[in-house]
Amino acid sequence: MNMKQKIIKELQGDLPLSPHPFREIAQRIGSTEDEVLALVSKYVKEGVIRRLGAMLAHQRLGFVANGMGVWRVPEEEVARVAEIMVSYPEVSHCYERPVSAAWPYNLYTMIHATSRKQCEQVAAGISQATGIKDFRLLFSTRELKKTSMVYY
Amino acid sequence: MDDLDKQLINRIQSGFPIVSRPYRQLGRELGISEKELISRLARLKDQGIIRRLGAAFDSKKLGFTSILAAMKVPQNKVDAVAELLNSYKGVTHNYLRDAEYNMWFTLIAESTVRLAEIIEEIKQKSGINELLELPATRLFKIKVDFNLEKNA
Repeated sequence: MNMKQKIIKELQGDLPLSPHPFREIAQRIGSTEDEVLALVSKYVKEGVIRRLGAMLAHQRLGFVANGMGVWRVPEEEVARVAEIMVSYPEVSHCYERPVSAAWPYNLYTMIHATSRKQCEQVAAGISQATGIKDFRLLFSTRELKKTSMVYY
Repeated sequence: MDDLDKQLINRIQSGFPIVSRPYRQLGRELGISEKELISRLARLKDQGIIRRLGAAFDSKKLGFTSILAAMKVPQNKVDAVAELLNSYKGVTHNYLRDAEYNMWFTLIAESTVRLAEIIEEIKQKSGINELLELPATRLFKIKVDFNLEKNA
């Protein structure tokens, strides 16, 4: 394993809760604190690390409802509509995905809120603001798995 | 959870300080000691509010490939199919949703070839061919910071 993979292997788990967490990691992987700090900063800058911090159990914090909004948006309007969607703080993710005969929806929004009703209100607001009437809100009824990827 | 916990959670979801003593720096920002900051984080982890303190990666930039997929799973097969899907380490999220395509999961693999293999294997082992493959074609937003209001 190269140094990059070793660092990723450490950071895909938990940072040590001790005064010098990066020094501890450096000792484990045969590096120095300075090198680890420099490389981690570099990975953040390059976007290899999207986020360094706490991953939350958001359901425990009262964000108990999550609805996946699926929207049927004309191709030439996708960028305009997405721009409006992402302006909502309740929308955590917004992606375009391919359509098929079985599934005609091309724009996806994850909506997090404290209740189903609130999710529905957000979706209705988005529909009104964007003019997109053909959409569905798919609520999760059971979490079957939620974990972080183990890359190495 | 007191207001300081909420401030800490709001602060620490991203931008973890990449310095020799990050907890001392976070403590200074919130006006508490390094020791208290560490013990608060340890408690929030024990309580399951913080799932993990570490990095989230851009799997694409690490050379991995990912997909959202949805399956039409008959009610009497839900548990068995969930078990099958969840046995893959690359299946990181899996939810039941109230729609005809009822099982929605994300899959990360080290290559597009491996990803296609896994999808094929899932179809074969589950005996279910109704599976939507929904790779992202455009990303408009990915943000999972939750803002906790004081006294909320």
